[in-house]
Amino acid sequence: MAIIKGDFIDNLPKVYGLYTGGFVVFILLMAILEQAGLGADTIGILFVAFTVVIYATIGWLSRTMQVDAYYVAGRQVPAVFNGMATAADWMSGASFVAMAGGIYFGGHGYIAFVVGWTGGYVLVASLMAPYLRKFGCYTVPDFIGTRYGGNLARFLAVCVLTLASFTYVTAQINATGTIASRALQIPFEVGVWFGLLGILLCSMLGGMRAVTWTQVAQYIVLIIAYVVPVIWMSNKQGFGIIPQLVYGEAVMRLGELETLHGVGIKPTEAFAGLKALTVPHYEAGTSFAAKWKFVTLVFCMMAGTASLPHILMRYFTTPSVKAARQSVAWSLLFIFLLYFTAPALATFTKLQVLDPNLATGIIGKAIAEVNALEWIQKWSNVGFVAISDSNGDGLLQINEFFMRGDIVVLATPEIAGLPYVISGLVAAGGMAAAMSTADGLLLAIANALSHDLYYKIIDPKADTKHRLIVARVLLIVIGAAAAFVASMKLTTILGAVAWAFDFAMSGLFFPLVLGVWWKRANRQGAIAGMFFGLLAGTWYLYMVKWGGMEPWLYIDHLRFGVIGCVVSLVAMVGVSLATAEPDEETQKMVDEVRIPKGKSVLASTH
Amino acid sequence: MTDVDQSTREAHWAKTKGLMITTLIIWFIFSYLVHWFADSLNNASFLGFPLGFYMAAQGSLIIFVVLIFWFARRQHAIDVEHGVAEDEDKLSARSN
Repeated sequence: MAIIKGDFIDNLPKVYGLYTGGFVVFILLMAILEQAGLGADTIGILFVAFTVVIYATIGWLSRTMQVDAYYVAGRQVPAVFNGMATAADWMSGASFVAMAGGIYFGGHGYIAFVVGWTGGYVLVASLMAPYLRKFGCYTVPDFIGTRYGGNLARFLAVCVLTLASFTYVTAQINATGTIASRALQIPFEVGVWFGLLGILLCSMLGGMRAVTWTQVAQYIVLIIAYVVPVIWMSNKQGFGIIPQLVYGEAVMRLGELETLHGVGIKPTEAFAGLKALTVPHYEAGTSFAAKWKFVTLVFCMMAGTASLPHILMRYFTTPSVKAARQSVAWSLLFIFLLYFTAPALATFTKLQVLDPNLATGIIGKAIAEVNALEWIQKWSNVGFVAISDSNGDGLLQINEFFMRGDIVVLATPEIAGLPYVISGLVAAGGMAAAMSTADGLLLAIANALSHDLYYKIIDPKADTKHRLIVARVLLIVIGAAAAFVASMKLTTILGAVAWAFDFAMSGLFFPLVLGVWWKRANRQGAIAGMFFGLLAGTWYLYMVKWGGMEPWLYIDHLRFGVIGCVVSLVAMVGVSLATAEPDEETQKMVDEVRIPKGKSVLASTH
Repeated sequence: MTDVDQSTREAHWAKTKGLMITTLIIWFIFSYLVHWFADSLNNASFLGFPLGFYMAAQGSLIIFVVLIFWFARRQHAIDVEHGVAEDEDKLSARSN
């Protein structure tokens, strides 16, 4: 309280400038210590421990007992800083660790994720964020509950939010556990609880205010950690210091190498969790199925982006409607910096491995020679890489080299022969990415349960102190539940992430959009939209994934949101038109939401 | 209720809707249309990249960033034009 006052906001550029400088000094210090003989393991531990302690300190300094500070950071976060916080909130462990690997293996088809996860912000800016900010809600169900009225609508929104965010947060806690266990040399199950502890320290005392300022700090760490190794590597290969602009040549070269190495020949062996490269890098599918799969995946990720409460609620914290709109633009700019680097990283790593003219190339070399490489040994020991001479010719073919996608980010510094300090930096970046997303998600769930379920539905007379205590207890309970589920390792990281988007769009996309853009939308319609959308989506997911049903029109389990949101739209429009139009008061409320001027619909503290 | 008359509200909302539709048409082109033809676009080259790949890995992303900055400016201009923008003193006032 004492430290973060009004003038803290004015000093933000200075504070975070100093912080960034301090982090760079820390990296240099580690580099010097490495030269002086400090072990690689110690460097890894120091990187993760140092950054997590900083986040926890920020969380402690931002503690608060005020409702609007706890729920919406006092609505005073400037557009640019909110953009950074949103970017960290957004870019998860999956974006950081798995995206480049996904592009490495999936080529053009996988880049649909990149397009979807950026273009969704156009929907956020034009359809949602400014209007929700004008509304003045604390949570997304707060909007649904007030716009449509009634506890049932509010309750259903809480259900969708909890389902989508919980699916997502287990994946993030899983990622923090993986990274913490590797960097700190502890078992995965312990790593999960260590990760949760760090996450709770950041969010519990200060709610949204604490999460905001730690997320800004986490963004700075994660973007440095992602971009520095790529620039270093590209510089080493002679592609200059802005590799993102000039890697076209490398992409074309990969096309030649794929022909040379026979990419596309299926491997004859299989290793659990590992893959051999079989998909061309830049060639796009020519069939209707391939094109349709690309655009449906893009659509799901976009509509999901615009419905995920932990993202939407970041725009409740800006000082004005205008700032909310600008903030969406800044968010996407900061996200773009990582997302346009990921395909470059995938390209460079693939080139390192495939190009026989490079010292690092391994395909086509003698197996004995490849097995002697340090990084191959290190990563095959932990089961991330496997090599097998399937055809017995003593040479490594492309379909005899198996690896895990995560390697592209985690091992690239070693493949390219960069100093270990870079690997430590990457671990700290991955930790920052996973922690910041987990923070935002946990807070979204706990806030919805404490504000919408406890305060609005169960006990509307609860005083401030009670509300904030309930919010914190829920945060711990949900965090522990998520860590418990994560430690059981039910799904792979990416499967669960895509599902969160599909759940969110099935239940929330149309009730949110139509709440602003269609005055005629009423309570019955919204209830039907949320209920049937979620039901249809979940049913379809179950049938396709476990029920043995053939997907309709190539809509597989990653894309079930298409089914959910179409059902939601039809149900919502149909039921709205079949029932009475909303009362005059509600229509006036919608009119108010549509103009930035004037007071917010809900009081600033409610 | 904020003191803005009905005809102003309608005019403002019509313009806002127009901007939303324009924005989403551009969004649609670069989200779906361009990538549908990625295989043909790959025959062309841009900055040394196959164009279809470039649009997915970078081109569309740049368009989205610029589009949202442009949208935010245009929408604010529409708000000011109809006198429904937020008061400037409200923008600088902060409550703690």
